[in-house]
Amino acid sequence: MSWIEADSGAALTLSVNGMRHDLKLDARVTLLDALREHLQLTGTKKGCDHGQCGACTVLVNGRRINSCLSLAVMHQADEITTIEGLGTAENLHPLQAAFVAKDGFQCGYCTSGQICSAIGMLGEWREGWPSHLGDRADAAPAIDAAEIRERMSGNLCRCAAYPRIVEAIEHYATHEGADA
Amino acid sequence: MIAFDYIRPADETAALHAATERPGARFIAGGTNLLDLMKLGIERPRYLVDIGALDLREVTETSEGGLRIGALVTNAALAAHPLVRQRYPVLSQAILAGASGQLRNKATTGGNLLQRTRCYFFYDPASPCNKREPGAGCSAIGGFNRIMAILGTSAHCIASHPSDMAVAMRALDARVETRLPDGQTSSRTLEALYRLPGETPHVDHRLAPGELITAVVLPPPPAGRQSYRKVRDRASYAFALVSVAAVVSMREGRITEATLAFGGVGTMPWRNRKAEALLIGQAPSAALFERCADAVLAEATGHGGNDFKIPLLRRTLVASLAKLTGGEP
Ligand code: FES
Ligand code: FES
Repeated sequence: MSWIEADSGAALTLSVNGMRHDLKLDARVTLLDALREHLQLTGTKKGCDHGQCGACTVLVNGRRINSCLSLAVMHQADEITTIEGLGTAENLHPLQAAFVAKDGFQCGYCTSGQICSAIGMLGEWREGWPSHLGDRADAAPAIDAAEIRERMSGNLCRCAAYPRIVEAIEHYATHEGADA
Repeated sequence: MIAFDYIRPADETAALHAATERPGARFIAGGTNLLDLMKLGIERPRYLVDIGALDLREVTETSEGGLRIGALVTNAALAAHPLVRQRYPVLSQAILAGASGQLRNKATTGGNLLQRTRCYFFYDPASPCNKREPGAGCSAIGGFNRIMAILGTSAHCIASHPSDMAVAMRALDARVETRLPDGQTSSRTLEALYRLPGETPHVDHRLAPGELITAVVLPPPPAGRQSYRKVRDRASYAFALVSVAAVVSMREGRITEATLAFGGVGTMPWRNRKAEALLIGQAPSAALFERCADAVLAEATGHGGNDFKIPLLRRTLVASLAKLTGGEP
């Protein structure tokens, strides 16, 4: 293991949506910028670029993170899933379909982050992770709106589509969650 | 962000070696605070040692009956760990009261301890700030200071410590284990990890250059009940205005043990042993809790915009003590 010098750039491999990509990047490039600017996966959005809005949420080894607060070079051993890996326009992921059916957006800018975050969040719920509301995930039959709101608080929506976002996630979790 | 040399060593020895090889190198783990500050030019490391590949992700029981938490255990994993939920609920509650799901998945135990203040002026390179630039002056003293500290402040800095996790760890008498570049290990309390701002607010902690946090060790779980109560500007995903971590145990109607730690109010996670001692041997009562709050607040100083934290801390502490010593489980 040796130093990557600041002026030389880093040769790295990223595994995104099941495909491996070889890249040569400045070590400063965030995972978010690598996805958007170097792999042209523009479904993941940049809102604040400071970990405050959740628009850039992607799944890393199944866990949701803010891709703006992580360097691409730190993710060579990881499997990254973006919104493009969840569904396509022709073949929507059931959670995407729920967002369409329930009108879970207005401008849509926060939506891919909301969806990736919700997929990660429901995984955490199924594993029985507690939340600020308490240790309910082990006992409760299904997630409710209060838990969704608390667990999704890292995803802001400037259009304030929150009521429909919560409805969409709740609908998906109770109807489709089993085959997610 | 200024350019930096980067390395991702495979083990602790290589990481410590890398950090000494290039003086001024910084360790990076989750990166949720350091990268944010690097983007703003507030942190300007020329060398980054990525410790993400180190084997520090385990939570194990110690022979004394406590827990050793690896420095790279994520905040999410720690809050969800069955032994933490069972034996140290105050710690699980504190972590879950902070940040967002995404941040908790990335932020680590060691990194959380070393996160920097959320003072608005520290984050704004256009404003003078002694913590960011020694000698520049403090924009919070005499300025907008709603979120600032009321305890442990100095004439040079009133920035509050932002961690929830560290507040619970301070109440639990956690110790921080480190390894130094020469391979020596050390163990210190949180009180000994942090330092008060004094005349050098730019120095947050007492770690030596190249010293690596490897674990946090919790002593055996304390007797009694535990709770973390946090007051903030919105219901979720906000830093504490005031928080209280409390562990209280009772026998035959009297308090036998009590540890209290406070967040949002101190320049470091705060604790006051005199206030704790007042509770011991006493029967719980509103008057007793008020006396305890008097002791905690004896040296508190408001700066105008944050004066409200003084009564708010009092009420939050009294409410926590009433709940923990009350009848319901
Ligand atoms: S763009 Fe990453 S959290 Fe806002
Ligand atoms: S739909 Fe516009 S930001 Fe959420």
